[in-house]
Amino acid sequence: MRKLKSSSSEMELDRPNIEEYLPIESIQHHHENLRLRDLLNISPTLTEAAGAIIDDSFTRCFKSNPPEPWNWNIYLFPQWCCGVVVRYGILFPARVLVLTLGWIIFLSSYIPVHFLLRGHDKRRKKIERYLVEIICSFFVASWTGVVKYHGPRPSMRPKQVFVANHTSMIDFIILEQMTPFAVIMQKHPGWVGLLQSTILESVGCIWFHRSEAKDREIVARKLREHVQAIDSNPLLIFPEGTCVNNNYTVMFKKGAFELGCTVCPVAIKYNKIFVDAFWNSKKQSFTMHLLRLMTSWAVVCDVWYLEPQNLKPGETPIEFAERVRDIISVRAGLKKVPWDGYLKYSRPGPKHTERKQQSFAESVLRRLEES
Amino acid sequence: MGNTSSMLTQYDIEEVQEHCNHSCLVCPVSQQEIVSLYQRFCQLDRNGGGFIREEEFLSVPEFAVNPLSQRLLRMLDGLNFKEFVAFLSAFSSRASLQQKIEFIFKVYDLDCNGKVAFDDMLDVLRDLTGSYISEQQRQQVLTHVLEEAGYTKDSMLILADFIKILGSSEMKMEVEVPVD
Repeated sequence: MRKLKSSSSEMELDRPNIEEYLPIESIQHHHENLRLRDLLNISPTLTEAAGAIIDDSFTRCFKSNPPEPWNWNIYLFPQWCCGVVVRYGILFPARVLVLTLGWIIFLSSYIPVHFLLRGHDKRRKKIERYLVEIICSFFVASWTGVVKYHGPRPSMRPKQVFVANHTSMIDFIILEQMTPFAVIMQKHPGWVGLLQSTILESVGCIWFHRSEAKDREIVARKLREHVQAIDSNPLLIFPEGTCVNNNYTVMFKKGAFELGCTVCPVAIKYNKIFVDAFWNSKKQSFTMHLLRLMTSWAVVCDVWYLEPQNLKPGETPIEFAERVRDIISVRAGLKKVPWDGYLKYSRPGPKHTERKQQSFAESVLRRLEES
Repeated sequence: MGNTSSMLTQYDIEEVQEHCNHSCLVCPVSQQEIVSLYQRFCQLDRNGGGFIREEEFLSVPEFAVNPLSQRLLRMLDGLNFKEFVAFLSAFSSRASLQQKIEFIFKVYDLDCNGKVAFDDMLDVLRDLTGSYISEQQRQQVLTHVLEEAGYTKDSMLILADFIKILGSSEMKMEVEVPVD
C-alpha cells in the first residue's frame, strides 16, 4: 500500500473554492446562550464523517462499474460462449496480426527515416509525424475502435493548446490518429516508457514525474517553451492529471490555462456497450488493459472538437479552467466533482480542516459574547 | 463471509443484523442497506484484509478533512464488516435518539471506561476548533458551560448524564445509504 503524504501547499493554490461544492455544517445560528449541550453535540461533524465513509464523490470517480451480465439463462449462455470463442480465438489473433503488421511497417519506415534524414530535420519530422499517425491507426484497428469525430478538425495554428478529459492512455492514441499532437505525460516504466522515450520524442513530448514537487516549475517552463516555438506540434494536455472513469470529471489543473494561448476543448465519451475503456491504473497494468480491449468486440467512442476558448478579461486561470471543464463535461455528459485528481496519490492538506475549525470556533466565540 | 468473496448470503446478512441488535429489538439497518454497505466495505478494503486500514479510510478525502477523523479512526481500527455495520447503524434514520447519544458518548469516551472527564471533552473541543481558540479560552468556555449545567471541572459524566444533557437537543444525525 503506497504511503500517502500530505500534498504541498502549492497544490492548494490550484483549487477553486471547494466550500462552494461541499456542504458547510456549522452549529445552529441560534442567538441564545451557549450551553453544555451545544458543545457536546458533535452530531453535524459526525454525520459528515459517516457520510464520507458510506459514500463519497471522490471514490466514485474511480469506480469501474462491472457491466450487467446478460448470459444468465439457457438460451443466452451458449451464445455468449460462441462469442467468447470468436473474440478470443478469431478476433484476438487477427488483431495481434494486424498490430504486428503495423509495427513492422512502422519500424521499417521509421528507423531508416530517423537515421538517414538526420540532416533534413524538417522533412524528417514531417515523415515521422505521419508514421506516428499511422501506427496509432493500427492500434485503434487492433481493438476495432469505432470512433466518431464531431466538430471541425483542429487547424494547426500557433499559440493554441488542446485539452481533453482523461479516461485511459488510449485517449491519446485515438486523438493522435487524426492529428499529430505533442503530449505531456507521466513517465511510465516498462515498454510504455520505452515507446515514450523513443518514438513519441519525434512528435515532441514533455515528461513529468507526479511525485516530484520541484517538477512542476520545470514542467511549466517546458510547456511555455513548447507553445512559443514555431514549428512544434500542437500540444495536447489532460488537465485532470489522472484517469477518471468517464462518468465524472475531477478538477482541471490550471497549468494549461495560464500559458496565454487559446484553449481548444476536446470531449471524449466512451460507450460502455462492449467494454469499459476506463483504465484503473491501481487495479491493472496498461498491458492487461490493452489485452482486455483487444479481446472485446469493439471500443466505441465519440470525440467532439469544441469551440476554442480564450481567457476572458478579469477571469483567473482557475476560473478559466473550470469554465472549460464545464464545457467538456456538458458535451460528454459527465458530472463534475470538486476534487483534485492527485488526491489519488496524496492526502488533502490541512487547509480544509482548518477552515471548518475556524468556522466552528468563531460561532462558539460569538455565542459566548452574546451570553 | 470470506475476505475474497463479494457475495453475501442471506445467512450472513441476518448475522450482521443480529450483531446490530445489541440494545434494540429491531435492527436499524435494512437488508438492502447491508448489501450496499458490503460493496462499500469491499471497495474501501483494497487489500482484502477483512478490515479497513487507516490509510484506506484516509484515502477518502471527504473523511480525511473531517476534524474528528483521528478520533473516529481509533474507533474504526480493526473493525470487521459486522462491527462496521454496527458502528454505522447509529446513523440510520431508524436508529433511536438513545442510540445516537450512545454513539456520541463513545466518541468522547475513547478508552471505554464508561466515564467522560473534563480532558476528554477538552480533547474533542480542541479537534473541532484547532488553533482558532487559545487553550486557556477553551478551558474557560468548557468550565463555564459545565458549571452552568450543574457540573464541575472534576465531574465524570456517564451515559445517563449525556442522555439528560442531549436528550432535548435537535439531533439530526442521519446518513442515507445509497441502494442501487
